[in-house]
Amino acid sequence: MNETSDQILTRRPIRENWFSRFQFPALLAITLVAIIIKFYLPRLIPHTEWLELPLLLTVYFGLMRRNQLASLLFGAFVGLAEDSLSPANIPIGMYGIAKTLVGYFAAAVSQRFNVESTLIRVVLSFFFYFFHAFFYWIMRRALLGQIVPFDPQETFVHGALNAAVAIPLFLILDRMRLAGTA
Amino acid sequence: MEALLSRFKNLTVLLIVIVAQLLYLAYQVKTARDERLIRVWAVSAVTPMAGIVEAIRRNTIGFLEDYFILLDTREQNRKLHAENDHLQMENIYYRNQLATAEHARALSVFQQQSPSKTVAARVIGNSTVVTAKAVFIDRGSTSGIDQGMAVVTPEGIVGKVTAVYPLVSQVLLVTDPTFKVGVESQKGHVHGVLNCGGGSCLVEQIQNEDKIDIGEWFYTSGEDRIFPKGFPVGKVVSSQPGQGTKDIRLSLSGAPGGVDEVLVILQGAHQQIPDAPKQEQAAVRMLPPPPSDTEAKDTQNSKPQTEADKIVQRYDALGKQEGHVYGGVGSNMPDFNRKPEGAIKPALNQESSEHQTAETAAAQTKSKPESLKTPAARESPPVLGARPQSKLATTNSGGTEKQSATKSSPVLPLGAPRHKQSPPQAQEPTPPER
Repeated sequence: MNETSDQILTRRPIRENWFSRFQFPALLAITLVAIIIKFYLPRLIPHTEWLELPLLLTVYFGLMRRNQLASLLFGAFVGLAEDSLSPANIPIGMYGIAKTLVGYFAAAVSQRFNVESTLIRVVLSFFFYFFHAFFYWIMRRALLGQIVPFDPQETFVHGALNAAVAIPLFLILDRMRLAGTA
Repeated sequence: MEALLSRFKNLTVLLIVIVAQLLYLAYQVKTARDERLIRVWAVSAVTPMAGIVEAIRRNTIGFLEDYFILLDTREQNRKLHAENDHLQMENIYYRNQLATAEHARALSVFQQQSPSKTVAARVIGNSTVVTAKAVFIDRGSTSGIDQGMAVVTPEGIVGKVTAVYPLVSQVLLVTDPTFKVGVESQKGHVHGVLNCGGGSCLVEQIQNEDKIDIGEWFYTSGEDRIFPKGFPVGKVVSSQPGQGTKDIRLSLSGAPGGVDEVLVILQGAHQQIPDAPKQEQAAVRMLPPPPSDTEAKDTQNSKPQTEADKIVQRYDALGKQEGHVYGGVGSNMPDFNRKPEGAIKPALNQESSEHQTAETAAAQTKSKPESLKTPAARESPPVLGARPQSKLATTNSGGTEKQSATKSSPVLPLGAPRHKQSPPQAQEPTPPER
């Protein structure tokens, strides 16, 4: 590993107390907006079921917060909120568990890599989408005994699309963060 | 111990959170209970916003389209669409009921049975689970909706109600991997299970020996206790023998993923599966109405089509001209060599022909039997080829006429000796020849 890449991967951003400036109501509002978009967008624009804004939000806060405890709790909150809008044949807690793990691992990864880099953000967004979808499918089969199909190719494409959406979304959230620190 | 916990604090919390959620999951699965409180809170928080967004979208985008593009056409189209859906539902019901009219008591069954009671609803949102196919509709328990009710469109089935809230309900679509529907084929009434889990819809549990044709329709069998019997499900697009059971792929007619308005069946009524193949709307066409009787007569009389028609027409004219009734008893044989009055005669032979005609007419008037001069005989001439009757018999009236005719010429068995009879008093009319 040369100096440049090592510098990119290990360099840490300046610590900011931005998360505290994201007040709790704002955090709640953003989560609610993300869930409503996921709930309503497919009715407005067909074939947009692949967009996982709550997951991207969990990944972003995990990467930026760098606190595993807070990130896993945030992931659990977003997941349980999503679960409450899931079909009644899927019990509450499936998304909760998956997103708890995503939040925890995102925060863990953020301590190893420079998460300000767009490339790393894209790769991590894609990875966490794939992990989330695969883990959810495993849980439905193992815990609920529901035989549901898993198409790796489709998941791969959806992951790439979500990673593409993550670039502008994370930039917008970055601007909000900077505005909060100002 | 404390040092260990503080060192692995994050991991410990993670494990606690995961285990807590797993236990909560296990509790739900074990008790088969739906956590209504959490879901009611979440749905109540989200659906009003979704409803507001939907209303804004409908009233802004729809408004602009109405006034700048198609001025009020959208509203009319929506009304007509709703009316059309309702009429199609009625049409399906009545068509299925009429198919049972062959049975003796079909009429009483038809009168006694009432169509399914439904309530219309609009789809306002999707589920948050990508792989699960579920939608929310804007009708809830206040509209009489209950869990397990079937959701359909006039074209086919859509899904079932899985959760009911005061103002909205959640509908699990038939395309969900966990949804199974009992179906029945139209021709052979073969029962199977519809499963749309693998991306395409398959009808399972049908043996290879059963005959299923491509294009055959499947209807709900009513065995799943969700959908009433007789609702259209879809058409077979491929049917191949598989390992043990047939591999049948179905094209759903209801298009559950793309519906905007649905009907929730509050009280289902089972219907008979029609025997006749389901008619495609495009194949129906109206033939022109048949011509009326007067038009048909005019068409027939106006122009003879063949040589035989011309001859018949000519003979008719001759018969009228000479007062001859074909098949009439006592009517002299007409002169078929004459030309009808309407025909163009050669100028040279015109006088001689007229003279001849006058003579013939006078002779016919003299030799014409009395029976033909009576109005009754003219009005109802005897049938062509009938046995010649005597003058005495024909002059009799009413029921004695037949008896006299039978007495005068008894019917002898085949091969019986025939005795020569004395000639009757009256002149025996010559049977007409044609």
